[in-house]
Amino acid sequence: MPDELKRKELVDIEYRPPKKDWMDVAPRFRHGTYIYPAKPKNLKYLDMPNPREWGPAEADWKLPDNWKEIVLNGMRERLDRYRSFKVFMDICVRCGACADKCHFFIGGGDPKNMPVLRAELIRSVYRGNFTKAGRILGRLNGARELTKDVIKEWFYYFYQCTECRRCSVFCPYGIDTAEITMMGRELLNLLGCNVNWVMEPVANCYRTGNHLGIQPHALMDMFGMMLDDIKDRVGIKIEPSFNRKGAEILFVTPSADYFAEPGIYTCMGYLLLLHELGLDYTWSTYASEGGNFGLFTSHEMIKRLNAKIYAEARRLGVKWILGGECGHMWRVIHQYMDTMNGPADFLEEPVSPITGTRFENAKSTKMVHIAEFTADLIKNDKLKLDPSRNDDLRVTFHDSCNPSRAMGILEEPRYIIKHVCNNFYEMPENTIREQTFCCAGGAGLGTDEMMEMRMRGGLPRANAVQYVHDRHGVNRLTCMCAIDRATLTTLMEYWVPEVKVTGVHELVGNALVMKGEKERVLTLRGDPIKETEGDEHV
Amino acid sequence: MKLLFAFISVVMLAIIPSIGIGYAGMQYVFGVVVPYVAVAVFVAGFAYRVLNWAKSPVPFRIPTTCGQEKSLPWIRQNKLDNPSGTPGVVGRMALEILFFRSLFRNTRTELRKGPMLAYGSSGWLWLAAITFHWSFLVILVRHFRLFSQPVPPFVNVLEGLDGFLQIGVPTLYITDILLLAALLYLFIRRVAIPQVRYVSLVSDYFTLFLIFGIGLTGVLMRYFYRVNVVGVKELAMGLIALRPVVPSGIGGLFFVHLFLISSLFAYFPFSKLMHMGGVFLSPTRNLANNNRMKRHINPWNYPVHVHTYAEYEDEFRDKMKAAGIPVEKE
Repeated sequence: MPDELKRKELVDIEYRPPKKDWMDVAPRFRHGTYIYPAKPKNLKYLDMPNPREWGPAEADWKLPDNWKEIVLNGMRERLDRYRSFKVFMDICVRCGACADKCHFFIGGGDPKNMPVLRAELIRSVYRGNFTKAGRILGRLNGARELTKDVIKEWFYYFYQCTECRRCSVFCPYGIDTAEITMMGRELLNLLGCNVNWVMEPVANCYRTGNHLGIQPHALMDMFGMMLDDIKDRVGIKIEPSFNRKGAEILFVTPSADYFAEPGIYTCMGYLLLLHELGLDYTWSTYASEGGNFGLFTSHEMIKRLNAKIYAEARRLGVKWILGGECGHMWRVIHQYMDTMNGPADFLEEPVSPITGTRFENAKSTKMVHIAEFTADLIKNDKLKLDPSRNDDLRVTFHDSCNPSRAMGILEEPRYIIKHVCNNFYEMPENTIREQTFCCAGGAGLGTDEMMEMRMRGGLPRANAVQYVHDRHGVNRLTCMCAIDRATLTTLMEYWVPEVKVTGVHELVGNALVMKGEKERVLTLRGDPIKETEGDEHV
Repeated sequence: MKLLFAFISVVMLAIIPSIGIGYAGMQYVFGVVVPYVAVAVFVAGFAYRVLNWAKSPVPFRIPTTCGQEKSLPWIRQNKLDNPSGTPGVVGRMALEILFFRSLFRNTRTELRKGPMLAYGSSGWLWLAAITFHWSFLVILVRHFRLFSQPVPPFVNVLEGLDGFLQIGVPTLYITDILLLAALLYLFIRRVAIPQVRYVSLVSDYFTLFLIFGIGLTGVLMRYFYRVNVVGVKELAMGLIALRPVVPSGIGGLFFVHLFLISSLFAYFPFSKLMHMGGVFLSPTRNLANNNRMKRHINPWNYPVHVHTYAEYEDEFRDKMKAAGIPVEKE
């Protein structure tokens, strides 16, 4: 944990903007507020432009000679390709409704973290180069010239946005800062100005199938360890299959779920559930990543990484795909996959083999969210659950940005949670569902280098957890996102150390009464299960 | 500085016709030529902007969902905030355009000691915005009286409603007061809230001052310095019928009013006022969240380099075999 960051100092926030006009204020590349650049080997592996050693805090960023031409052509091309970009460049009235909706502004006070101003960073260049009024009136019309300093400012602030889309809920025109940030990052990528925390996972994923660069045999070892723990704690030997042709269902989840705590407990939950159901399913080492850091790079990169999922489903001959708990993964699956790499006409419309339910809402993309799948199981009474095994937990639920604001999967996880544990408390309504606050580590910002901004940006989320902790003794924060499970853990350690982070299916795994299981005395984490009164085993 | 510049610009715009009419006798220019040019610029410019937006495709379906999705039949979908079909989208857009639904959600965040973040509802911006826009529309429709003979019944009805307080002679229109009050609030807010002032551009102030100027000259003409309404109507009817005449004795104030309106029309397509057209085209609002039900087509979906399974297996085959993972080629 960053001990040097004092909580008291961190919340001493200056919200008053500086005296100088924003165009005259340059960002300061201070430790904790920016991410280290991509290593050249990663860019080379992906055939991306301008691989080099450089540093954001240095004066010379070693941009290509024709950098300006590259950016302006890139802007022109994107204005022609994306109506969203063009319209959002033109229609903002600067009403400021978005200003205090951004977690980075709330926790940091930097005016350029107000969504309106984040967009103006690029809008000002748009006006100066693509509109007549801007070209003639210049700064009077909010236009400015494209300089190297502008590029630096873009880099600083487009990597201080988690593309969480909270501001777009409040904007009267639906202007989506995620769209602006994505365009900004695409342009920066054309110059080779990107961050390693994004590009290394992208390069890894391209090569090994997953962000963490886990090779197939290592992946088997990781599963081996999880299966051993399951054997110890549940008393059941599970033997999942990998790359098996002819399975009915392909299961895809973010690699963080089988890589480290606390994700592995969620992964054990999936393994237990799918085993108990006797589902004919397979994992894949090639499509071993549900997440997609391409989303934080460029639309082209989303497609390059996402292609594996359908390709593998086709190769293995499965009928449909089931997806694990993840945030941005589901933005890609839900809003991009079918358009980019479909049509999935080689798959069948998903039907739950257990309940017979047709997942009508996934009939084209043919990929079902595991929360939809499990909620359906519970509704049809197909699972034997003992929620009292989670009685030590007082649980709240964090809606992850993308599932809530790019899908709207709000009730399914709540329905599951309420059936697998007895103590559930909602955080205040301005901080959940479509108004949920980001973990502040999404969109590729979840690295230690960014710690100060993460703790600042995470303040609204942490503060809402603190609220239910104080009132209801909440000690467990559930979420459906692999990035959340990693970043919220750090955030909680800093702001609300009494609260641990968990996935929904970890709770399912604990509560699930399985055929042939031994008496459960330990949770999947290895914590003792509290014995309840009247328990037959007492 | 920005504020002052915008203010001076609008004052200049008010002075130009005063000089033109008062000293140069340019009634025809300001009564006929300028309005025609302004309307032409408005229509052509507005159409150009909208067509220009429409020319760029919507490659991905990216609605911002603000409620429960349509999934399992027993989970209640929020059809307006997360529509899955056209009726829902129409409903969502109607709420957005007629009632400013998203702005209505507005909250105010406050950091208190503790630290403790508090979120209060904050309806003033919404109230001022909706008051301003609806008043503007009502006033615009009331002006149809000048362009039609006989006056359409709905205009009379609207005037009756607008003046139902029956105060003063001539009757006070509520929308006149509301428009100016809302503008005043929006202006004060822009200046008084440091963050909003920080992001404000000259054009933000300019628009406010210009519309305020239009409202003010209108109010002055109606309640204080009466102009020759019969003459104004004759001019308006002439303009509409493309047989422009400029009756004498209309009064200079009217020409100031008309010139400011003309300025607004001509300025409109080049400004943020285009949000009027743009709000209809916003892809986060006007698309159904039926992504997994119905494939969305990207017209420029080009092929990309991918890392194929064959390449993957070639690199890892030995390791895969050693780990007992099935492979394609032995």
